Amino acid sequence: MEKNLVPQDDENFFQGKTRDLCYATDETGKYTTVLSSGWEPKNIVFRQAWNEINKSIEITHQKVIAGDLSPIAFYMEKNLMDIKLLSEYMEISKRHVKKHLLPSEFGKLNNETLEKYAEIFNISIEELIKVL
Amino acid sequence: MIINFEHKQAAHCENGVTSNILNYNGINLSEAMVFGIGSGLFYSYLPFVKVNNAPGFSYRTLPGWIFGRVAKRLGFSIVRKKYSDANKAMSELDNLLEMGKPVGLQVGVYHLTYFPDPYRFHFNAHNIVVYGKEDNEYLISDPVMERPTRLTDNELNRVRFAKGVFAPKGHLYYPTKLSNDYNLEKAVKKGINRTASDMLNNPLPLFGIRGIKTVSKVIRKMPEKLGNKKASLYLGQIVRMQEEIGTGGAGFRFIFAAFLQEAAEIVNKRSFIELSNEMTIIGDKWREFAVMASRNCKDRAKPEESYNSIADIVRDIADKEEILFKKLLKEIK
Repeated sequence: MEKNLVPQDDENFFQGKTRDLCYATDETGKYTTVLSSGWEPKNIVFRQAWNEINKSIEITHQKVIAGDLSPIAFYMEKNLMDIKLLSEYMEISKRHVKKHLLPSEFGKLNNETLEKYAEIFNISIEELIKVL
Repeated sequence: MIINFEHKQAAHCENGVTSNILNYNGINLSEAMVFGIGSGLFYSYLPFVKVNNAPGFSYRTLPGWIFGRVAKRLGFSIVRKKYSDANKAMSELDNLLEMGKPVGLQVGVYHLTYFPDPYRFHFNAHNIVVYGKEDNEYLISDPVMERPTRLTDNELNRVRFAKGVFAPKGHLYYPTKLSNDYNLEKAVKKGINRTASDMLNNPLPLFGIRGIKTVSKVIRKMPEKLGNKKASLYLGQIVRMQEEIGTGGAGFRFIFAAFLQEAAEIVNKRSFIELSNEMTIIGDKWREFAVMASRNCKDRAKPEESYNSIADIVRDIADKEEILFKKLLKEIK
């Protein structure tokens, strides 16, 4: 890739926090580095991946509202976790996490367990309890 | 405690950490040289490792190997430590900083507060350098960031003890027994030899050139096997894993091309300039592939490009890389 062809298709995926360092050739064919603020193909597949994730979060959200799943299911999904990963953070078995996804079991959780979930999701217990 | 550490941005985290830490210790090697000597370039197709419900793809060698191989080839050692106790992990880090040592850390990306949100996935093989502590904040040189950043005690603790695949378990590392008495030409040749043999000789159809050929076949059959919707998601995954921060497939080909240019002088071979140009063309092909593949990710129901022509490009890349690595092997014999 030539230096002047390094794309600058900024769609704010970097949120102004950084840019990509790209290796490209200069007029004499020698390699140098250029910063890139984004690239269209990459933006497309990023958008695609996040649309998929957000769709899936919204489906779980609706299930929580309908009373089919506990708020833990929602925050798990929102934090891009699955049962296995969440059980590792919680240091409990997968079977236990699975149980906690049921509204009936969620109601029985003690404060200590709720506290730990809230901490992992980086929210307060109040936020954890009222997802909507 | 602030160590006078130069933060230099890199395209890839492990290259950057290695290059910056070596530079601090008086060994000046560019990111490209580290990547080449450390045999960072590779290809893996991992259909059994599901990432976000689609197969995994990797364009590089395993985490930690680049630094390890550079150490071996330049003749220094690496101290590596993992911890079960978070307090101990932090106090030992503090002690090393007090001694004036910049320290490499393996961390999880998901909880990195300074990272752009869209890039925050549960990926645990990211590398950063800590080079000081001030007002209860750690000074961080994250090689993929333009500028140095900071993390609080809590924030650093969180990323050091991220859970999941490749869980870092507080993993810290730093070089010891460094000396300027190494043979750069030999190190370069060893790096090339390993990269080329890994790409050419792996007998499994998932790795190296054979892996790329397999992926070409997989792409060809995608629409009939998976349906347009799923095929589009799988394609998107290939491109994403190619172009995400620090894992870029095309990016790696360009870094390797830059390495060949630098290496030309070290091994005193004009032919390396020509091979570097060939690698640049291959990198451009990978980008062409990303452009075409991503077109099929815009509307999942209607592919814009035929899967056959996308598969053709990948196959062409495999053939070109095979020729290039065979030539390279001959050159260093």
